[in-house]
Amino acid sequence: MNAKEILDQEFLTIRSRLLDIAASLDRIQRAEGDATADSRMANVSEAIEIVGSQQLHRAERVQLLFSREYDQAWKTQYELDSRA
Amino acid sequence: MYYIDPHIHMVSRTTNDYATLARMGCVAMSEPAFWAGYDRGSADGFRDYFRQLTEVEPARAAQYGVRHFCWLCINAKEAENVQLSRDVLKLIPEFLDCPNVLGIGEIGLNKNTRNEAIIFQEHVELAVEHHQPVLIHTPHLEDKHQGTRMILDMLADHANLSAERVLVDHVEEHTVKPVLDAGFWAGLTLYPVTKCTPARAVDIIEMMGTDRLCVNSAGDWGPSKPTAVPDLIMEMRRRGHRESVIRKVVFANPREFFQQSKNFDLADPASR
Repeated sequence: MNAKEILDQEFLTIRSRLLDIAASLDRIQRAEGDATADSRMANVSEAIEIVGSQQLHRAERVQLLFSREYDQAWKTQYELDSRA
Repeated sequence: MYYIDPHIHMVSRTTNDYATLARMGCVAMSEPAFWAGYDRGSADGFRDYFRQLTEVEPARAAQYGVRHFCWLCINAKEAENVQLSRDVLKLIPEFLDCPNVLGIGEIGLNKNTRNEAIIFQEHVELAVEHHQPVLIHTPHLEDKHQGTRMILDMLADHANLSAERVLVDHVEEHTVKPVLDAGFWAGLTLYPVTKCTPARAVDIIEMMGTDRLCVNSAGDWGPSKPTAVPDLIMEMRRRGHRESVIRKVVFANPREFFQQSKNFDLADPASR
């Protein structure tokens, strides 16, 4: 399938999911209290920026945004020897 | 299309699920040992669980013409208890000759702690000692990337463990490449919310190719769908993939990986 054919197939699904996200954010904002300081909200905003960008591998970049950092020196921190 | 579900927890499913899976083309499945939803109090609890995996489930599956295989370990969550884990590790060898046991799994990490890493290493040593293939669970959500990289670091320490005898499961967009690049098999898990949807799994297959990739439902006691592999088959068909390509992903690949276990003997239904 070419890009136009895929868009024809996916458009309504994309539209529906964007509306779900918009409605979820509205629901949070309408509710009592304030969640804007919650770090997850900042991640959501950044993820939306990634989704709207023109660079490929959006899904991978969103995954990494929601991931804890990997430190190559973790074995030293855990005082674990490499095993053979 | 007939298929193998290489990761499903049938102890948590009803007998009707066996019937449904058989009707949908599932000819074999493998069930890794996992967390029951609560922490077990003793190694004897695991002995009973291993009997369920090696005696009860194969008999339930056989009623519907489905072959049931399994993997044994103490899961990553309960591995936080090092003493209990070592008691369970001592039990495992007595079950390795059961006719449906494929290897050690699903070992791995849960919250990426030191204790989990210690027990992961001890499981790998057990697998090497007994020449068993390994099935690996990678953590959930925000812990997945870090945990997968830690697991790859630990596997790299074992030069005597062949990469082609290890499947790293629950890979997603951000973890599939390092797993495949290191020579391991990779598993895509189809979960409604917390892992891959069929559409995203097919995207990953299209980007990475079909070599050393398997797809599973990981159906269990939580939100999951035991018939998720047929959903992936339908998605691949919808996108115009050839039947031979789909068959490689859902049947030939898991069969090739499992055939490295001395206890796996599944004839291709097409040869009947």
